[in-house]
Amino acid sequence: MPRAAPRGISAVTDHRRRTDRMSILVDSDTRLVVQGFTGQEGTFHAEQMIDYGTNVVAGVTPGKGGQTHLDRPVFNTVAEAVEQEGANTSVIFVPPPFAADAIQESVEAGIEVIICITEGIPVKDMKSTYHYVQRHGAHLIGPNCPGVITPGQAKIGIMPAMIFEPGSVGVISRSGTLTYEAVDQLTRAGYGQSTAVGIGGDPVIGTRFVDALKLFEDDPDTEAVVLIGEIGGSAEEEAAEYIQAHMSKPVFSFIAGRTAPPGRRMGHAGAIVSGGSGTAEAKFAALEKAGAVVVKNPALIGETVSEHLG
Amino acid sequence: MKVHEYQAKEILSDHGVAMQPGIVAESVDDAVQAAEELANDGATMFVVKAQIHAGGRGKGGGVKLARSLDEVKEHAEAILGMDLVTHQTGPEGQKVRKLLIADAVDIEQEFYVGVTLDRAKSQNVIMVSSEGGVEIETVAEESPEKIVKAWIDPTIGLRPFQARRLAFGLGLEGTALKQAVKFITALYEAFEATDSTIAEINPLVLTGSGDVAAVDAKINLDDNALYRHPNLAEMRDIHEEDPTEVEASEHGLSYIKLDGNVGCMVNGAGLAMATMDIIKLAGGEPANFLDVGGTANAETVEAGFRIILKDPNVEAILVNIFGGIVRCDRVAKGVIQAAQNIDLDVPLIVRLQGTNAEEGKALLDESGLELRSAVLLKEAADKVTQALKEADVA
Repeated sequence: MPRAAPRGISAVTDHRRRTDRMSILVDSDTRLVVQGFTGQEGTFHAEQMIDYGTNVVAGVTPGKGGQTHLDRPVFNTVAEAVEQEGANTSVIFVPPPFAADAIQESVEAGIEVIICITEGIPVKDMKSTYHYVQRHGAHLIGPNCPGVITPGQAKIGIMPAMIFEPGSVGVISRSGTLTYEAVDQLTRAGYGQSTAVGIGGDPVIGTRFVDALKLFEDDPDTEAVVLIGEIGGSAEEEAAEYIQAHMSKPVFSFIAGRTAPPGRRMGHAGAIVSGGSGTAEAKFAALEKAGAVVVKNPALIGETVSEHLG
Repeated sequence: MKVHEYQAKEILSDHGVAMQPGIVAESVDDAVQAAEELANDGATMFVVKAQIHAGGRGKGGGVKLARSLDEVKEHAEAILGMDLVTHQTGPEGQKVRKLLIADAVDIEQEFYVGVTLDRAKSQNVIMVSSEGGVEIETVAEESPEKIVKAWIDPTIGLRPFQARRLAFGLGLEGTALKQAVKFITALYEAFEATDSTIAEINPLVLTGSGDVAAVDAKINLDDNALYRHPNLAEMRDIHEEDPTEVEASEHGLSYIKLDGNVGCMVNGAGLAMATMDIIKLAGGEPANFLDVGGTANAETVEAGFRIILKDPNVEAILVNIFGGIVRCDRVAKGVIQAAQNIDLDVPLIVRLQGTNAEEGKALLDESGLELRSAVLLKEAADKVTQALKEADVA
């Protein structure tokens, strides 16, 4: 739907009310600013996102304001991208020492949906940033995540586009390639996705399972949710409580790491069983008790959804 | 990153946290000399403590009380160089290369103090327990009423009333209470200043003379923040790490050795864990976790094979790549090149999915190599089962 380029914060707020009613977080009304736009990663993935049809309106690289990159204007600050191009969503490809600052800059500029791809941000930086984002009521997804995609509308992140199809299954996952695995199985089984959200594998993340479940529960375009968890922390147990109390839609869940030894960090900073807590078995049990359909074999995610949804 | 007890104590001392006096030693002579120095400062009994990263050192025989310099010498001779086995080291144990010689303070009462991240709240939590010297998980299970917690607002930091509430929670009063408040405050400051992920004092003790001091100390540092603490990064002790895991990290691979019979090589940590799980479902046991990361090329794949094959228990290898940005035909070429360079004497199952998966599979099938290719995860699992059956028959 064509409309005048929105200016300033009020237009952005208006946008958020709109997205609450279709898919979640990102859609064809997304006006994306890429932070770390002219770097190697930023350039590569911005090109892929533009190819997919994502509305990339601007980029930010401090010191390169005034230039044009990939046919888009480059700004020194996110605030300028919001003022001049009506950006309402940002994606961050900034190196770890500067990424928390990049998130805070987006919040301050009035960006409502911030997707941080960067891996390796110190936990201390994310702790204060998390609470800053919460106070301002913005949505942060990640860090250390593949991003968010609403198939056919907007791809924001690094996921391979061709495995996704528009549809009505919401996907939430702590992992990257395991998300692709689950999505691929869904697509092969004939189930497209409303939105797929990679929430990230770090100990401190902006959007937790519960937050994403709530968005999917409220989204009329989503009919079922696939939740891909892994060992470590208690986010899956919290999700189970939420599912039991609030979810009317079916939830399917796989938890990776049943065979992982305790006390060892399995790649992701947050994937560790410590002091007997955070095991896959405990998470499966909590989800099963809450009424979710647990899938214990990661090769059978698509099949299981198909069996239940028909 | 883990550090030794003596390093943790150094770090915490630098931040004003009260420590039981101690000196690190790398030889028996050093150990005796250290004890002499402590004796000059008034110590009458000593503790000889093995410095390895694993916990449970006392039960494994790595911590001994010495009543004289002769006993210090005796214990140092016994502990230095031993392979110390604890519940965290595995059966082969960990070689002891350093000792901490500490003043065996007179203990009136033992407590626990710990700082860590509460992931559910994205906030630090300080926990104290009036029962020290045992694992906090055990206390949490058996007598949770003995634990007092305070959550710290990251934008404000630890407030004095919180430190007081925690210290009162230990049942202290008078000078000891004031010392405990100071101790907790300094410990939290150290935790924040060093980007720690865990700072644990177990036990914190009240001495016979009424002072509060740490007898043991454990710190884990955030790997992602080491770039801003070069002095702490230098404390890494490579002897404490598995040599194969160190070698893997030099190739940009994240490898963890396990006890099973099926090796695996995967892109992405989540998919790598899921692949381990599917190996188990297919009738095997995973021999390792191995994430090749975002760039699976011929060189990294070859390094991955060499590392997996160092483990004599490996009876089959499953390569599971979901190509996103990584194209499967490139990965296939890498696998073929690596397999030609290495004498692979175990069945190899290669599953390629995602970008250019069909082209990748075609390359593998035409390569003339003895490998079994798959596109779906389920097929790959079935082929693992098949390979293990054949191995059993042979």
